Amino acid sequence: MKSFFLATYLAVKEVIRNKGRFLLVALVIALITLLVLFIAALGEGLANGNRQYVANLDAQLVVFLEKSDYSISASRLDTNTVKSVRRVDGVADAGPIYTSNTEIVSLPEPLKVSLLGAEAGRPGMPPILEGRAFRGGEAREAVMDRNVALRSNLQIGDMIQIRSTQGTNDEFFDLEIVGLVDGQSYFFQPTIFVPAATWEKIRPQSEAELASDTPYPNIVAVKLVDPAQTDAMSVRLVDKVPNIEVADIATTINTIPGYSAQQGTVQTQGVFTLLIGILVIGGFFQIQILQKVPQIGVLKAIGSSNAVVGLSAVIQIIVVTALGVGIGGTMTYLFSLGFPPTIPLVFNGTRSLFAVILLLLIGPFGGMVSIIYAVRIEPLKALRLG
Amino acid sequence: MSNIALEVRDLVKTFDLDGTTINAVDDVSFQVRSGEFVALVGPSGSGKTTMLSILAALLTPTSGRVLIDGEDLAQMNEKRRVKLRREKIGFTFQSNNLIPYLTARENVEFMLRLNNTLDRTGRVRSDELLARLGLSDRLHNLPAQMSGGQQQRVAIARALIHNPAVVLADEPTASLDTERAFQVVETFAHLIHEKERAGIMVTHDLRMCQYVDRVLQMQDGKLVREYKSRKEIRELALGVLEH
Repeated sequence: MKSFFLATYLAVKEVIRNKGRFLLVALVIALITLLVLFIAALGEGLANGNRQYVANLDAQLVVFLEKSDYSISASRLDTNTVKSVRRVDGVADAGPIYTSNTEIVSLPEPLKVSLLGAEAGRPGMPPILEGRAFRGGEAREAVMDRNVALRSNLQIGDMIQIRSTQGTNDEFFDLEIVGLVDGQSYFFQPTIFVPAATWEKIRPQSEAELASDTPYPNIVAVKLVDPAQTDAMSVRLVDKVPNIEVADIATTINTIPGYSAQQGTVQTQGVFTLLIGILVIGGFFQIQILQKVPQIGVLKAIGSSNAVVGLSAVIQIIVVTALGVGIGGTMTYLFSLGFPPTIPLVFNGTRSLFAVILLLLIGPFGGMVSIIYAVRIEPLKALRLG
Repeated sequence: MSNIALEVRDLVKTFDLDGTTINAVDDVSFQVRSGEFVALVGPSGSGKTTMLSILAALLTPTSGRVLIDGEDLAQMNEKRRVKLRREKIGFTFQSNNLIPYLTARENVEFMLRLNNTLDRTGRVRSDELLARLGLSDRLHNLPAQMSGGQQQRVAIARALIHNPAVVLADEPTASLDTERAFQVVETFAHLIHEKERAGIMVTHDLRMCQYVDRVLQMQDGKLVREYKSRKEIRELALGVLEH
């Protein structure tokens, strides 16, 4: 304990008396923090934009067409699949999901959205936050992502017009907003939900598809009686329902086109930034220790133990790193206030906390070589013999 | 008669340099009593600094014994040696003497902190000692804000504040001009005598010997001559005696 107090005394005195030098390093760490936190937020934002709807599904399993490689866009299920899935033992409920894209043209700036068809009250249809769910049949009603409604100044009861390419012609459909759901973006686009029959009518489709009025779901979201039984239920579903393959939510997210590659890229950037941080901090403290060799020699010669010298270096690194991360975190927060909502930055608590912990660790890790070097300095360096 | 603070018996230190054995210290014996100030002189490579390093428990001798305040260095592990340096030895070095980010007062008090004896009395003693050394207006100055002479005086205060048995000074005047060098050594000698500590100063500047009680002359690792009488020491310091 005595060593700790002595080491703290030396470390703090040195930082206070060399404010400029240590502040400079703290600012470098702050910039690295800013970069790492933004990369983490960008990663979360991009991931959200891609997976949010699937991640928030009230389901544990997703049924795809066999050999579709768990690709939502490549999967097109038979209309009876949903009923077959519901009949399997252990399935609490199942809901078909129909995916497509369209554009709201009635806004001052046209807005591309994911057009999702779902059954009200079934898995695949998110809980309504405001208003009500759409009616069945071909009701021209839509439930909208609340963020889009806020940004576009839309309210329940407002009408929107969408453009849809039917064959070779552009057609326009009016929909009434009847309800709002929480952030549900899918494939980097906000979402609007419509009944299956409406979806089939208004989705963009080719000339050949126009002849059919039957909507084919891309996937079926399956809610289990026992959510822990995903593996066993996957096997059972494949066994009982023909021409399907089944994935859990995590697998479904990872097979969203580009998701894994995008997250891998963002994470690699984050890791490299942390590595640069380690090198910068390690370099600074190594140079500093090299400059302090005679001084450390004197400290040891007059009776300071290795524990005092080593701990002092560790405490100094921790103080400077914590200061840098604190400044960087504050800068990140202030910058984030000024960013437009179109930039996909999401400061997720867990991800940001993990990044902050890693940033706090890079200081001691980067300075490890200099700490070992400091401990090994011979007190003879204080004399001319060293 | 005051007690023996430092005793060196049959001390040998050899270094192996590219297969050749160098006798840096060769069968040296001497004693220093409390309140006695001794100079260790000799040409470059005579073994003075090696001797000082062994006395400071920084270097292990090849053979022989060193007793500081009755404690045998040969019987100590590294942890005990660190404790001995902290409690029983005071140091001043040639340069880089002070901790650059501590003020004069903090540098002196640091020895008390190390020994866990810093209290109100210790603080008062520290300020008094610095005042005795003419530094009462420099208490809050960092080393970089003081002259070389002032820094050496702070180092002397630090070497004495914890009442060590032995005070070792390695070329304390090397970086000072002549006038300041005389002032520093005179003050040093005065405090050694007053506080009844055993002082050993390694120096190549024989003029500084006029303030010591005894001069030990080394050559090729051996103790070749001892100057005891005031007359001999004065003549050595004035350059009348050839050493």
